Amino acid sequence: MLTSQVNQIPTGGDNIIGWILQIAWLLFFVVFMFYSQRIQLYIMLREIEGSISKLKHFRDEGRKSAVQTIKDIGKPEGDPTARVDQFLEYFTVLPQSMDPAGIVWKVEHLLDVMDERFKDEAKIMAPAADIAQTKNIELTLEVALDLNYFYKVVRHFYILGKKTLSLYVIMQLQMVLPLIMRMAEAYSGALKAVTFGQPIGDGAGALVAAKLMQGYEKRKIPKDCVVATVPFEERTAYIIKAEGPGGNVGKPGDAIKQIIEENDGKIANIIMIDAGEKFEGEEPGEVAEGVGTIIGGPGVDQFKIEETTLKYKIPVNAIKIKEDIGDSISPMRKEISDAVTVAIDRIKRVVRERSKEGDTIIIAGIGNTIGIGQ
Amino acid sequence: MSNEVEKPRKRISYLFLAIILVTLASSAVALYQALNEYDRGYVGNGNSLLLIGGSGFALSAYMLFQTRRKTMRLEIKEQPVITTIQCKKCGFKNIRDFQRGDYIFKETDPCPKCNEKMSVASIYREVEEKH
Repeated sequence: MLTSQVNQIPTGGDNIIGWILQIAWLLFFVVFMFYSQRIQLYIMLREIEGSISKLKHFRDEGRKSAVQTIKDIGKPEGDPTARVDQFLEYFTVLPQSMDPAGIVWKVEHLLDVMDERFKDEAKIMAPAADIAQTKNIELTLEVALDLNYFYKVVRHFYILGKKTLSLYVIMQLQMVLPLIMRMAEAYSGALKAVTFGQPIGDGAGALVAAKLMQGYEKRKIPKDCVVATVPFEERTAYIIKAEGPGGNVGKPGDAIKQIIEENDGKIANIIMIDAGEKFEGEEPGEVAEGVGTIIGGPGVDQFKIEETTLKYKIPVNAIKIKEDIGDSISPMRKEISDAVTVAIDRIKRVVRERSKEGDTIIIAGIGNTIGIGQ
Repeated sequence: MSNEVEKPRKRISYLFLAIILVTLASSAVALYQALNEYDRGYVGNGNSLLLIGGSGFALSAYMLFQTRRKTMRLEIKEQPVITTIQCKKCGFKNIRDFQRGDYIFKETDPCPKCNEKMSVASIYREVEEKH
């Protein structure tokens, strides 16, 4: 039956070439019958190889940027390369969550330790850097660390897939690879921004707060935040943001808690502004409003704000400036910079509608304040 | 990691090259045979062989293109960032490329018009959307 089918394939007739082509067709069918999955596997592996070489390039660029920035700004005595390489292998062990009670404080403690450790590393590597520059170096190292991690994870599963020749290991990797590459490309785009101290998309909230507190006296509040008391739409507003212009997100949870407690809980409303991820199809810089504690990170600050606002029954309103993952860690786009004015107008409206004249309110601009003073 | 020597590598497997060469050779034979068939007046056979030869050529050209693409140099795109400096008193604006050390609200040189202090009003990048 197979022979009759093969005979129907258009070839060069009954001469020797025709026979060769018929045999080639036959071989083609047999090979595909038994080895199609294996061929598919090799095609996938080749695709992954391409992505791995791209990730390696990103990792190398991150490492090079970190070393160069430390050399340029930090003026270290020796070559910082070995120390940077050690830093790139840094890891964090998250607390055990079998008994989740009290895990927030464990995570907070761990994050504090990590923060101190990173700061110390940056200081040791770059002794001549000032506070803002040290923070930017710390951020550069963190980006380089993440790029190294992306590369190592993908390479791990690639080698594992190759060793086991398991279609399922390779297929899973190939399926998530576009998302990983998207993140890695965003992080590689962030490199220049953090090494040069340029404002990034994530700083949209901090920029709104910075604009509102311009020209007013500021004081430092824990941790790494600043607050200014500003007359705003016939109300008294405490404007909070992380202290800039170095790369810093501060601890807005502690800052908001402190202001609430300083006022014995007599806060009429809290308005939080942050950059938030947009859906595909939405324009970057769109402004949306809602309710709830809008803040990213591992959740410690969100938990603290929610605890305190619940205790004093303070409503929390949220304003989101939309952007995608790439924009949030790349130099701030013009659309996002322009959206700050729109966000301020929305805050004014929310304040007028959700509080009374003479009330005390809190306006907190959340996000990384790199490249944004106050 | 620090001891790694970075060299642009061009790794094309011999098996892959052999496949391309065999495909190319077979396609050439098929095309030659097609011409013979046309000469003998067997237009149908000639068309079949022409189709096979043409497909073979296209396939090997595509595979060759893929190997070239793999060795292309990777670069991270530079993103031009703009700094806008503005005088608070007269509104005079100076727009220039970002310089290391710039940050929003940083005080800069006095205004050339009214001699008041100027400060960085915004730092941003403009993105050209791909359509």
